[in-house]
Amino acid sequence: MAEITFREALRQAMDEEMERDPDVILLGEEVGQYNGAYKVSQGLLDKYGELRVVDTPITEEGFTGMGVGAAMAGLRPIVEWMTFNFSLMAVDQIFSNASKQRYMSGGQFTLPIVFRGPNGPAEFLGAQHSQALQSIYAHVPGLKVIAPSTPYDGKGLLKSAIRDNNPVMFLESELAYQWKGEVPEGEYLIPIGEADVKRPGKDVTIVGFSKPVKMLLEAAAALEAEGIDAEVVDLRTIRPLDEEAVYASVRKTNRCVIVDEAWPFASVGTHIGWLVSKNCFDYLDAPVEVITGEDVPMPYNHRLELSAQPSLEKVVAAVKRTLYL
Amino acid sequence: MGKVQTKSALAKEYGKEELEKLLREMLLIRRFEEKAGQMYGLRKIGGFCHLYIGQEAVAVGTVSALDLARDYVITGYRDHAHALACGMSPDVVMAELYGKATGCSKGKGGSMHMYDAEKHMLGGNGIVGSQIPVATGVAYKIRYRKENGVVLCYFGDGAIHQGAFHESMNLAKIYKLPVIFVCENNHYGMGTDYRRVSAVLDFSVMGAAYDIPGVQVDGMDVLEVHSEMSKAVEQVRKESAPMFFEMKTYRYRGHSMSDPAHYRTREELEQYREQDPIIILKNHMVEAKLIDDESYQKMDDEAKEISNRAADFAEASEEPSLESLYDDVLA
Repeated sequence: MAEITFREALRQAMDEEMERDPDVILLGEEVGQYNGAYKVSQGLLDKYGELRVVDTPITEEGFTGMGVGAAMAGLRPIVEWMTFNFSLMAVDQIFSNASKQRYMSGGQFTLPIVFRGPNGPAEFLGAQHSQALQSIYAHVPGLKVIAPSTPYDGKGLLKSAIRDNNPVMFLESELAYQWKGEVPEGEYLIPIGEADVKRPGKDVTIVGFSKPVKMLLEAAAALEAEGIDAEVVDLRTIRPLDEEAVYASVRKTNRCVIVDEAWPFASVGTHIGWLVSKNCFDYLDAPVEVITGEDVPMPYNHRLELSAQPSLEKVVAAVKRTLYL
Repeated sequence: MGKVQTKSALAKEYGKEELEKLLREMLLIRRFEEKAGQMYGLRKIGGFCHLYIGQEAVAVGTVSALDLARDYVITGYRDHAHALACGMSPDVVMAELYGKATGCSKGKGGSMHMYDAEKHMLGGNGIVGSQIPVATGVAYKIRYRKENGVVLCYFGDGAIHQGAFHESMNLAKIYKLPVIFVCENNHYGMGTDYRRVSAVLDFSVMGAAYDIPGVQVDGMDVLEVHSEMSKAVEQVRKESAPMFFEMKTYRYRGHSMSDPAHYRTREELEQYREQDPIIILKNHMVEAKLIDDESYQKMDDEAKEISNRAADFAEASEEPSLESLYDDVLA
């Protein structure tokens, strides 16, 4: 199997789907001539032309709404935001239109549209460019939310997202674009809404998604050295949530640590914490632990910004708390 | 009626049937809205209910310039009239106001969310200006598929200062989109006179920064509206480029049913009532000897009857089942 980068896996997904379906278009800031702010759309303008790979002005509300309208009218747009931080300029189009037009019209319209771009903290970007916004979008009925952690999952899930008939928020990560992983030649799809056990284990369940999963696997390796066998469940999709996969793991291990880069208050992590506490109550041998970003805007200073994020040390300590070690 | 300015010269360019159609549609909207207002008072309709009374010439004069097999309509929350003008059944629109399962949105949308996918009526948007970027996307689809259609995107004077409007004008111009932006300037963004909150009073200049031609039209005269819009639609079809219209109009009622409209004077309201779009057209037709009082009365009675029947239909319709709560969240 070929080792390719995350960005190449995502590029392949878009390329293959654009080749397959002429209704798929890509629009956003720098997606065309510049080949993507993070080079995810490398070569697509040359291949598909400017009617299908559309460079937009820096007007997120405008071009996001344009994507919504094109989807309502029958195209299958991919809207790239340079980062999810800028999606906040377009949030009305997501909340008021993309997620609700179907419901408000009594099911008359479908909105096959993908909103994608990097989400979550990177490095040295400061408070406005380092936000993990999954909780905001996961809050909204009518949206699907995907947050892959590997090039393989990224490609298979992005292809599924493009084929899905609903608005899909597809969360990537700046730091992960250069990560390499094995991706098979030829087409494959990964179903939306299916978690993946990235490492089986019997002593404790660690639940995560997106970029932190890599760190969780490193934490599991560190724990193994101490004789603790952790199971790492990668949600891959946040909405719809594969609750059963999480519960099945917790029923086996009786302990649960949830890791989410977002702020703690009303987050995906705390929500899953509540679900596990409620639905696995009889199986739990310890309170559910939730490791999140610290409840502060992201600082610029590197030591401070690292300390504001979930880390291997924090995860290992949380696991040990669930084991009363 | 003597004070009403008539343009019977324009009326002569229209056939009798065409004029009757425009008059009938405006009367239907007027009587439908009056009925809706009445039923709101009886608490059959709840929530926000924004009536279109006074503005009928705009929806009727513009939609009648379209071919809804290939063209599209999208508007804001004062949308009952656009729905009716697009040919949606008054029964179905009234049932939606009642929140019944027989409504166009199965009772899930309400007053601000009238949709008809078949008739290319894309809503019904409750957020001021939120529909404008969506309109550009629909126009993008038309251009992408080379369909030769046009999108009419309506919004009020309250929406014109939203970023969404300005972003959309720019997008429409750079991508050469066949969209006509129609600002229905009814003078008040909710309770705020546009003259108090706009840097310019002539909205037709709003397109200048985006190199989009702007046209100001007397939105109380359906023939002027229709003539100007027909020319624009033809031009946009030919050139695939956006246009902007300011329709000078006026709503007789408050912003919504809960608004007593204390922000304007009785004199101002009376002044506009004398330019009533229905009376203007009727006078055109009387002058051209195309209608008499008797046939006008008959037409008006029909409009009332249709509106009454719509209320009866809505009343008799079933509530949506509680099981439908989770339907249509996702496809």
